Amino acid sequence: MIESENMKNKNMKSENLESRNITVTEKSEESKELLSVSNISISFLQYTKGLRKNLLKVISDLTLSVSSGEIVAILGSSGSGKSLLAHAILGILPNNADLTGEMTFEGKELDQKFKEKLRGKEIALIPQSVNFLDPLMKVADQVIGETVDEEDKKAKKAHQREVFEKYGLDEKVDDLYPFQLSGGMARRVLVSTALLQNPKLVIADEPTPGLDDVAIQETLNNIKQMAAEDRGVLLITHDINAALKVADKIAIFYSGYVIEIANVEDFTDDGENLIHPYTRALYKALPQNGFNLYKGHQPFHGELPEGCVYSDRCDQNTDSCMKINPDLREIEGKKVRCHRGHRKYSR
Amino acid sequence: MNKPVDTPKKKFHTSPLKLNLRTKTILIIVLTASMLVAIVINSLFIDVSTITTNFSSINLPPSFEHLFGTDWMGRDMFTRTLKGLGLSIMIGALASIISTVVAVILGLSSGMNKYLDSFVSWLVDLFSSIPHLLLIILISISLGGGVIGVIVGVGVSHWTTLTRVIRAEIKQINTSEYVHLSKNFGKSKWWIAKKHILPLILTQVVLGVILVFPHAIMHEASVTFLGFGLSPHEPAIGIILSESMKYLATGVWWLAFFPGVSLLIIVLLFDLVGDNLQKILDPTNAHE
Amino acid sequence: MFNYRKVAIFLGHKIVRLIILLVAVAIISFVLVDMSPVDPVRAYIGEMAVSGEHIAKLQEYWGVGQPMWEKALHWVWSMLHGDFGTSLIYRIPVIDVISERFTASLVLMFTSWVISGVLGFTLGTLAGMYRGSWIDKFVKGYCYVLLSAPTFWIALLLLMVFSVYLGWFPTGLGVPAGVLAENATFWDWLTRLILPATALSILCVAQIAMFTRDKLNNIMSSDFILFAKARSEKGWGLIKRHGIRNILIPAITLQFLSFSEIFGGAVLVEQVFSYPGIGQAAVAAGLRSDVPLLLGIVLFSTIFVFCGNTIADIIYKFVDPRIRESESNE
Ligand SMILES: Nc1ncnc2c1ncn2[C@@H]1O[C@H](COP(=O)(O)OP(=O)(O)O)[C@@H](O)[C@H]1O
Ligand code: SF4
Ligand SMILES: [Mg+2]
Repeated sequence: MIESENMKNKNMKSENLESRNITVTEKSEESKELLSVSNISISFLQYTKGLRKNLLKVISDLTLSVSSGEIVAILGSSGSGKSLLAHAILGILPNNADLTGEMTFEGKELDQKFKEKLRGKEIALIPQSVNFLDPLMKVADQVIGETVDEEDKKAKKAHQREVFEKYGLDEKVDDLYPFQLSGGMARRVLVSTALLQNPKLVIADEPTPGLDDVAIQETLNNIKQMAAEDRGVLLITHDINAALKVADKIAIFYSGYVIEIANVEDFTDDGENLIHPYTRALYKALPQNGFNLYKGHQPFHGELPEGCVYSDRCDQNTDSCMKINPDLREIEGKKVRCHRGHRKYSR
Repeated sequence: MNKPVDTPKKKFHTSPLKLNLRTKTILIIVLTASMLVAIVINSLFIDVSTITTNFSSINLPPSFEHLFGTDWMGRDMFTRTLKGLGLSIMIGALASIISTVVAVILGLSSGMNKYLDSFVSWLVDLFSSIPHLLLIILISISLGGGVIGVIVGVGVSHWTTLTRVIRAEIKQINTSEYVHLSKNFGKSKWWIAKKHILPLILTQVVLGVILVFPHAIMHEASVTFLGFGLSPHEPAIGIILSESMKYLATGVWWLAFFPGVSLLIIVLLFDLVGDNLQKILDPTNAHE
Repeated sequence: MFNYRKVAIFLGHKIVRLIILLVAVAIISFVLVDMSPVDPVRAYIGEMAVSGEHIAKLQEYWGVGQPMWEKALHWVWSMLHGDFGTSLIYRIPVIDVISERFTASLVLMFTSWVISGVLGFTLGTLAGMYRGSWIDKFVKGYCYVLLSAPTFWIALLLLMVFSVYLGWFPTGLGVPAGVLAENATFWDWLTRLILPATALSILCVAQIAMFTRDKLNNIMSSDFILFAKARSEKGWGLIKRHGIRNILIPAITLQFLSFSEIFGGAVLVEQVFSYPGIGQAAVAAGLRSDVPLLLGIVLFSTIFVFCGNTIADIIYKFVDPRIRESESNE
């Protein structure tokens, strides 16, 4: 059911795609589940002044899945641990991080060894900023990667040129150092790195901030194009508009929890199809929906309330909300973490 | 029931025998510090005149009776070394305090205005471009050698690093919100320095003293070894080692070996205190 | 590649700085030495028995009792002459003593500098690469111990083991008896160099190895390494392409910044091995109140350290593409 909706969506969206070099090819096969993440938590062992040990839980009990040809957006404010999720999938978390939970890729368990095998090949990362490029290496040299001999180098170089060309990066860019790239150029370089291989899953970490409207549109088109080529895309962003423009599903992050995974069509009209009170508040805060700002702030990692993480700001909380943290449950094809939602829809 | 279970973190499980980092660090600091204090106190109680010459037991290799052996005058090397270590630690302490005081004064004044700041950074450049050892020799000569010469020499040549740190710290604090606020309320610069800056750099100062200490001790020993520091009558480690050089060819290795190892251990202990103190006060890099 | 005009301006600035620095160092050291309560004649005579007449002559020779400004003028005059005065203990122009002694020391320092640089960088890289392994523990232990060891004591130990116990080298490493310095063969030079250079290298390795290790650990947890890993780079290739590339400049810079320490180390090592270098001359000059020589050595060692710092600055400013660029945009 969801799938057919996705297809419809895609057709609709492809109409307003810009035509620069990119043509959207129609998706051919049935989409299948690529990445499945269930109940993962990420915490940090930290030492505070006086060397007191502190376990900081940044992501709690996160469940999510991405299918091929599908764009799933993760929407969360900055510092909420979105990048960490991306790094966890790729197996590049810092040493003091602890990861629990399960992940599978195409049905196979995704352990550290498997991650190392997949990354850069089946799974590609579009990193958050130009800081993710080696500051002392010319752009082309580093995206090409290691080469075994001259021939290999030539072939890889040619391929890199081809991909760069596709993204409107001319030959001069090849010999620039990362700090010499302008914002838009840097973004295009980062996006293009994902397609140097032929990945099944692309994880794009905050690809839009700092860009002007044209560049944002261009980047989003590129991402749509990737999905159209039947890749799965995990789009990490704090920009709800960007998410609404391209995503099929949107997972809302709140204080380290995914509180709702909604379909993009739910973000229409009054938002009455949105179940979680926070998602609704978020939606209502959009300028086109009346700009109803919501009060308060998300509890920081490490000072979460006992019950529902949203309970101190929620206008519909009940006693049980203060005591019991709701699970992420499936309701009408969506996933929600809210007692009220459960009550309302499970009847 | 609905609450997600906090799964136990296998990676961070510590066995009951393994102390946690905080306890361990504090334990190391306390143990090491008390060891150092014990050495100083012990050496204070050694009367130099009790290190008697005894020509019936000259050049004895290490034994239970004379742990570090005896020298060419039959003096017990263990006692001499202990006395020398005490002396070194005290000189090191005074020198680090001098250099810290200099560093704090210069660091604070660099925060006062632009001219003072460039003057201070010029001074830092100046003092770090004369090799330390030569500078200490010069100062020691100008003060006529002796304990004072060494203390001042070592103190005056070791303030540059800490000054740099304090200067950077103050720059950062000066641009912060509450200092601006205080300025707007018409508080004097000294008031701001006392109220806001001093407490914040206190950590740096405490660390500064401890971290300069090992350098101070080593430089003291070096200058004394070269003959510029303490007089030959005082049982400083530098003196003992420079004397031992005369007897090396005769194979009395213990004269040079044990005093040097002891000095090395003392310096290591100070490093240990410094590193662990740093960990406690500034734990950003504590995991590993 | 390089912008020559920029380099010229940079060097011009540096030379002006150096001159100001030298003037300041000259004034400070002159005043310090002049303040000294040590009687230079007594210091020179030492234990010798000398007649009163002789002492008076020596006092005149040393300029005892001259007012400070007169001595200062005298010194400045000698500097303008280019000979920096006459060394009181060697009885030849200071500049000659310094040029001969500094050459010997430069050989010693340069050898140790290169060896310690290469060895230290390699050890540090290995330790950083295999973090937590036995090699890391070994390098860390080595560095900790050697950074805490007094330089001259390490030299003493080497002397004890290789000269006294094994007898591979003579204990006094000065010119072999009966051989004029000029006639000493290359082999003589080498045998005299090996132990001091080893002692000095052993010590300098610690600093650079520790620095390289920590820096590499830092770099390896940076964002661009994460991304390189995410693009499937790994192992030695990753370290080589991104790790070493990023620690090389800081490590070389540090090595140039260590001229002051290596000079201090050389003074001590030369003393232990009686190596006829500038350090030994400095100690002799200090102990026996050879003021012109001591002041000359201070000035020249200042220039030496300044050169190291300047080279470090140049590397930092003109080799790193980021800074190269931002400077030229000013
Ligand atoms: N190495 C680390 N040690 C401790 N905490 C960390 C570490 N790395 C990240 N964090 C914590 O994780 C949080 C989320 O980081 P990040 O994933 O970058 O957020 P986002 O991408 O959503 O902006 C940060 O607020 C920070 O507190
Ligand atoms: S669980 Fe309760 S407090 Fe939390 S969002 Fe739902 S209604 Fe509000
Ligand atoms: Mg992020």
